[in-house]
Amino acid sequence: MNTSPESPQSAQVQSLEIGGDRPIRLDCGVELGPVTVAYRTYGSLNANRSNAVLVCHALTGDQYVADPHPITGKPGWWHEIVGPGKILDTGRYFVICSNVLGGCMGTTGPSDVNPETGQPWGTSFPVITIGDMVQVQARLVEALGIDQLFCVVGGSMGGMQVLEWCATYPDKVFSAVPIAAAAKHSAQNIAFHEVGRQAIAADPDWCGGAYQVQGKTPDRGLAVARMAAHITYLSEPALHQKFGRNLQERKGFSYGFDADFQVESYLRHQGTVFVERFDANSYLYITRAMDYFDLAAENGGALANAFKGTKTRFCVISFSSDWLFPTSESRTIVRALNAVAANVSFVEVQSDKGHDAFLLDEPQFHATLKGFLQGAADHRGLGK
Amino acid sequence: MIVSSSSMALRVDLGLIADMVKPGSRVLDVGCGDGVLLEWLGRHKQVDGRGIELSMDGVSAAVSRGLSVVQGDADTDLSYYPDDSFDYVILSQTLQATRDPRSVLANMLRIGKFAIVSFPNFGNWRIRLSLLLNGRMPVTGSLPFQWYETPNIHFCTIRDFLVLCQDMDIGIERSIALNGRGEVLTNFRSNLLAAQGLFLLSRGA
Repeated sequence: MNTSPESPQSAQVQSLEIGGDRPIRLDCGVELGPVTVAYRTYGSLNANRSNAVLVCHALTGDQYVADPHPITGKPGWWHEIVGPGKILDTGRYFVICSNVLGGCMGTTGPSDVNPETGQPWGTSFPVITIGDMVQVQARLVEALGIDQLFCVVGGSMGGMQVLEWCATYPDKVFSAVPIAAAAKHSAQNIAFHEVGRQAIAADPDWCGGAYQVQGKTPDRGLAVARMAAHITYLSEPALHQKFGRNLQERKGFSYGFDADFQVESYLRHQGTVFVERFDANSYLYITRAMDYFDLAAENGGALANAFKGTKTRFCVISFSSDWLFPTSESRTIVRALNAVAANVSFVEVQSDKGHDAFLLDEPQFHATLKGFLQGAADHRGLGK
Repeated sequence: MIVSSSSMALRVDLGLIADMVKPGSRVLDVGCGDGVLLEWLGRHKQVDGRGIELSMDGVSAAVSRGLSVVQGDADTDLSYYPDDSFDYVILSQTLQATRDPRSVLANMLRIGKFAIVSFPNFGNWRIRLSLLLNGRMPVTGSLPFQWYETPNIHFCTIRDFLVLCQDMDIGIERSIALNGRGEVLTNFRSNLLAAQGLFLLSRGA
């Protein structure tokens, strides 16, 4: 285990084994342990351990939030936000991001070996929930010696984790920023996930989930899943602006099924690059965890119950063109927080970039996030 | 002009509102704009403040000041706040722009022990005269909109407002009439002379 402060440039592997003595009790009833958690930290923890920020990644994200991805070499997925002098200033905050349980970037997941069988788990890996992911994160935070996080922040599935943190460990979260998130996964979103999972299952190379043993990878199925999902991350105006009906390096139709249109070529590219860095079974498990998420149902049917008595400062952010996690979902969260007289801010950022806006350069979003963090830091006594 | 010296940094009408708020209380400012009043109340009166604001720019600016402000509006969002969650609910220059002013008022006094409301007085003599002489909906410096584009869909006079308060069994703790320059008038003939009315309201007996 290595928790020493590092520069964002060094992509040194950090991981920790937890639950060896005290297994993780999963929502499905299975006890899992020991579990490996792969994570990255940036900046350093201050003397009274009050400046830690946990960044929760989305469905296909990972712990490489601010440094280059070891497989793709691309900059960290939130390098616009996290880094020296940036909104999550690593000169000021101790930023932690861990790969979720069930993931494929080092944290225990279905592609790892089941110690009991000596074989990869595959689909015998227990089904996990957002709550299970957060439980593992809480163990990591505990192991790092942090009693209370200054902030838990994340978009999309990361936002679900933020909400789960606030409901399960209210005293450990000083401030929370769920972005482009929802307190439950909608029927439409479950439907899209099911399309993705069926695409994977329909690939003969999936081998009923045992593709590792067979020496295969269901790249076609996973790529199609990614293509379908990627559409939901954008918006019609964004697609129109980017591609319109433009043709891909040709003057006319091929009168065939090549990628005539730029948008087709773009989606195929998204599918191709995705399979290089993501595991098909992880995709099944993580999408399932999102489907199962319903914070109101977990709290007696009333979302407000999840936040009763909370002292956390919330900043809920949505994007106007996000149809996957629309503003109405964020408003539901805000109203539940209002109902318990919580300290909450909420802004719907006008953007045509769709759900993915939280990953992109969106000045109003950045200004709001920066302002909220500054205000929260003042209240926490984290002087600049 | 009756403005306590500590309020001098605020616009006059906001200063008068601030004077009505007891130190250390909980305040919800509905239509808080960029949060200038909330920030002032937090700094000078140790108020625990929250805001509701319609515009993204307003919310963003307020959140950037470290305030807790949600994007929303008086008509749709007040109903989600619990009873007695604030000492004061403030609605400045916005009542006339709500779809249902009566239920907005009712919600304000359900959520807060007191409500502070200010609105333009449509009974002001200039408006009366303008309508009488021109026969057209008045367009004034403080109400600069044509009838077809105005956000102010529920104008009332001070007298109309007092009648509504009576109907709703709302107590009037304080009333202040302001002229067009935001200066305080004596209450004499305020329905004719005031450009703006400002009220501290309480739940009726």
